[in-house]
Amino acid sequence: MQKNEIISINSSSDVVLVRQAVRQFAVELAFSLINQTKIVTGASELARNTLEHGGGGTVNIEALDRGTRRGLRLTFEDSGPGIPDIELALKDGFTTGNGLGMGLSGTKRLVNEFEIVSRVGEGTRITITKWK
Amino acid sequence: MERIAILQMGHFLLVTIQVDMHDHLAMTLQDDLTNRISKTSARGVLIDISALEIVDSFIGRILANIAKMSRILDAETVVVGMQPAVAITLVELGLSLKGIRTALNVEKGMALLRSSLGDSQGGSMDGDAEK
Repeated sequence: MQKNEIISINSSSDVVLVRQAVRQFAVELAFSLINQTKIVTGASELARNTLEHGGGGTVNIEALDRGTRRGLRLTFEDSGPGIPDIELALKDGFTTGNGLGMGLSGTKRLVNEFEIVSRVGEGTRITITKWK
Repeated sequence: MERIAILQMGHFLLVTIQVDMHDHLAMTLQDDLTNRISKTSARGVLIDISALEIVDSFIGRILANIAKMSRILDAETVVVGMQPAVAITLVELGLSLKGIRTALNVEKGMALLRSSLGDSQGGSMDGDAEK
């Protein structure tokens, strides 16, 4: 199978494309339906954040094969304003937009690994990994 | 422009979401439904999401908005057919969809709408409903 794919996120239809591509990878890795749903939902949340808070960016979708361990890693990058207080941004219910404030904190609960690197004025990179 | 069809059946409006909605399409549905409720004096809205493979926080918010707006316009909303994997993911994501009534399928959803109106007119083919 294809090992990685990079998709640019510049419109709300790109968010749909990201969901479909992530679904495709998860199916090919033979993820269970629940794990497919979790990683696709997380991808949707982060792709929308990249678009709305980061002013657009990219996602790198990677299939991981570590011997017996297979998984899916998604890296979202933007060159937007960055997140001044990551701890606050990760709190349930915290929102700067008009959403429900569950995007970041909720996504963290849907995956196995979650990493966020952000510099004010430079951009944000969020990496999530779901193991099969 | 791409739109999701809204069907009228008596005093009810029926929507089946069968595409992977981008955010603008979901917002268009919210606006269209609100307008149709007002125009048709509909008493109930049934939204079938059995074909939806995910519900994220945005779609969750749209569904909650539709339920709130329809209530203000004197109509009840029932969301039916959520897939089990979607329900599990929603709970872990932290969305409880408070204020949204749900049913397992269209038939149970229709029954819920009819009983909540407590009358026999709902759902009947009423030629005057459009006027």
